Amino acid sequence: MPLDIKQAAVVNDWAHDRPLTCCRFDRQHRYVFCGAQDAGLHRFQLSDGAKVTFSGGHETWIRALTSTLDGNQMLSGGADGKLAWWDVAAADATAKPVRVIEAHKGWIRCLDTHSGGTLIASAGNDGMVRLWNAADGALVREFKAHDRDIYCVAFHPSGEFVFSGDLMGQLKQWKVETGELVREFDAKELHSYNGGQQVDFGGVRGIAVSPDGKFLAAGGLYKATNPLGAVHEPLVQLFEWESAKLAKSQVADDIKQGVLWRLQYLADGTLMGVDGGGNGGYLIFWNSEGEKDIHRFQLPNLARDMDLSPNGLHVATAHYDKHVRITRLGPA
Amino acid sequence: MKVPYACGSQEHLLARRGFLGTVAAGAGAVVGGLNVFSESQAMAELASEQKRVVVFNMHGGLSQLESWDPKPGTDTGGPFRAIPTSVPGIHISELLPLTAQQMQHLCLVRGVNTSEDDHGKGAYMMLHGRRQTPASDYPTLGAVVARTVTPADPSLPGHIVVTPGGSGGRGNDAAYLGPRYSSITLGNGQPPQNTERPGALTPESDAARHDFRRKINERFLNRRRTAVADAYAYSYEQALSLMQKREIFDVSKEPAADLERYGTHDFGRMTLLARRLLENDISFVQVSHSNYDTHNENFNFHLEQVAEFDRSFSAFVADIATRGMLDSTLIVVLSEFGRTPNINQYYGRDHWSRAWSVVMAGSRVARGAAYGKTNANGTAVEDGQVDHANLFHTYLQAVAVDSSNSFDINGRELPFADPSSHGIPEILT
Repeated sequence: MPLDIKQAAVVNDWAHDRPLTCCRFDRQHRYVFCGAQDAGLHRFQLSDGAKVTFSGGHETWIRALTSTLDGNQMLSGGADGKLAWWDVAAADATAKPVRVIEAHKGWIRCLDTHSGGTLIASAGNDGMVRLWNAADGALVREFKAHDRDIYCVAFHPSGEFVFSGDLMGQLKQWKVETGELVREFDAKELHSYNGGQQVDFGGVRGIAVSPDGKFLAAGGLYKATNPLGAVHEPLVQLFEWESAKLAKSQVADDIKQGVLWRLQYLADGTLMGVDGGGNGGYLIFWNSEGEKDIHRFQLPNLARDMDLSPNGLHVATAHYDKHVRITRLGPA
Repeated sequence: MKVPYACGSQEHLLARRGFLGTVAAGAGAVVGGLNVFSESQAMAELASEQKRVVVFNMHGGLSQLESWDPKPGTDTGGPFRAIPTSVPGIHISELLPLTAQQMQHLCLVRGVNTSEDDHGKGAYMMLHGRRQTPASDYPTLGAVVARTVTPADPSLPGHIVVTPGGSGGRGNDAAYLGPRYSSITLGNGQPPQNTERPGALTPESDAARHDFRRKINERFLNRRRTAVADAYAYSYEQALSLMQKREIFDVSKEPAADLERYGTHDFGRMTLLARRLLENDISFVQVSHSNYDTHNENFNFHLEQVAEFDRSFSAFVADIATRGMLDSTLIVVLSEFGRTPNINQYYGRDHWSRAWSVVMAGSRVARGAAYGKTNANGTAVEDGQVDHANLFHTYLQAVAVDSSNSFDINGRELPFADPSSHGIPEILT
């Protein structure tokens, strides 16, 4: 199947009994896993949608997921600060996590897997970035990266760097080998402070590196005229990799209530963001040439997370209406 | 020769104490209105020890589920956990770890049902103890406390509101009690406006002009004494006193270490100011913390806001207790309502008045207690239901004011609190 975003279509739609918070495919593309507004880890089999809920890893909501590179294990990060390893192909709901560690003080908001497969990055409200041995859960490296909540962490595809982005729009590049700060990207447009409501809002909610290595994209929201009332618009800050200068601010006209929860690049260099807000749920697509999106695909309900399948042709989306949906990015 | 008041009533002989105007521009000039009332029983209810009330107004509607009545593990519970407190068996949100260590001083009222989901109406009810009607207006708790608890002829106003923003000045919240009991707002915790002697005016010339004013006033009063004139003269003297004691409103005079403990953010500074004001015998202080109207991303915003509150509030309660002021100080944490158990599509919670919480501490309030109960997922009160009127009575009773009494305003009896309601005896000792 060729990649063609203009022929995108929802091909699977499976329900849970609570609103979903996050989703990830396993790297062998057998299942999609979801976190929800409960303490369980929910696995849907891609072939038939069969659902299994695993428990025992977390006391409260799972906010972040990542698959190991070999696809044999799924890691979950919770609002309880715990990081849990699970066997992807566990037979039934009686399976318990392989291991659970107290990884952070406060929420874990984001996880990512190193391109070499050996490391897992975690980050959260304690401002720490921690790198874990994917195989045995040992702490490999940690550093205080931010003073405020870290919303996003992502490895560079080369494996040499890891990025962290926080509530205040600080976006930092670190050396994986040493934990040394390399440089910062100015993503403060993704942060807003509302004096009337006295709240900091926004943050770096998605980070992605283009396949050709020329751009670093950071996503979130701007024009937050009413943060407490969900009035804000999705925004991408596209940086030139070499200079770290802002190349473009990419927007989605007419979406007056939305936020980008995650960014990922497609194989052809198209940037994809998942948007959720008062205007509904969308997959929004940009190329590096323009400021406006080149296409958007409306999802049946407000989305909160997405994941691109290992083959790059399907997208899983986690929704408020308790459904996980699989969208095919091309013709049937 | 003294000229009697026009009606010759005893009420008017007392009226000069019932007047305080606004501190206006210039060298503490005061302009005010007239409040006429009788020698009420309220003054007689003054306790032997000066009572004080402090209200923390969680503006916008604090979520009871992210604070005093968590429901972890339920469909409404949200992502935060409950933690134990210093009182065995009482758990509160993990967002309040420092306050949890002060639980032995606190009383959680978990069965509040005010049935009003509108911001303005809810705030009115919680601060006035009654619903607003087109035909009537009532004084706020601060005005009632200032009227019933503050000593006669205080040198400082008895009703202070500390709030983010605002330029300062006098509120219009005392209704029939008159402007003397209206709040003075300390916008951003700054001292009252226009309370500094203009630089161009030397102390000597300032004193001389006040002497001159007093002489003229005295001459006038000797011939044509009226309530208005008396009150006018009195308000000038209180304004002068306020100017002389301006430092009381200056939180920078507090030790830097205390500010660090309370938190260097605005709310920390304003809470420390509240301690300073109470220690200087201001009867009523209200501190606002903004903003909790979290229809969107309720959990992120509560992380941010409640963490601020926790640090400042816990330090405040601990200080009031260790300084021996808890027996004479009522502490209240309220909002206009709580937030919905249901979590909306934006990870938000909306307005919810049917099952939420208020916290009290100090004075006659039971300590280390939780009164009232909501159901498993917090959608309804199961036991110990109370409303704004019950709470208003209780606040007054906690500081030794008989809430069934009335003000005598021009011969009309106007009850301190809603006469159809009553306090909550179960939480008063």
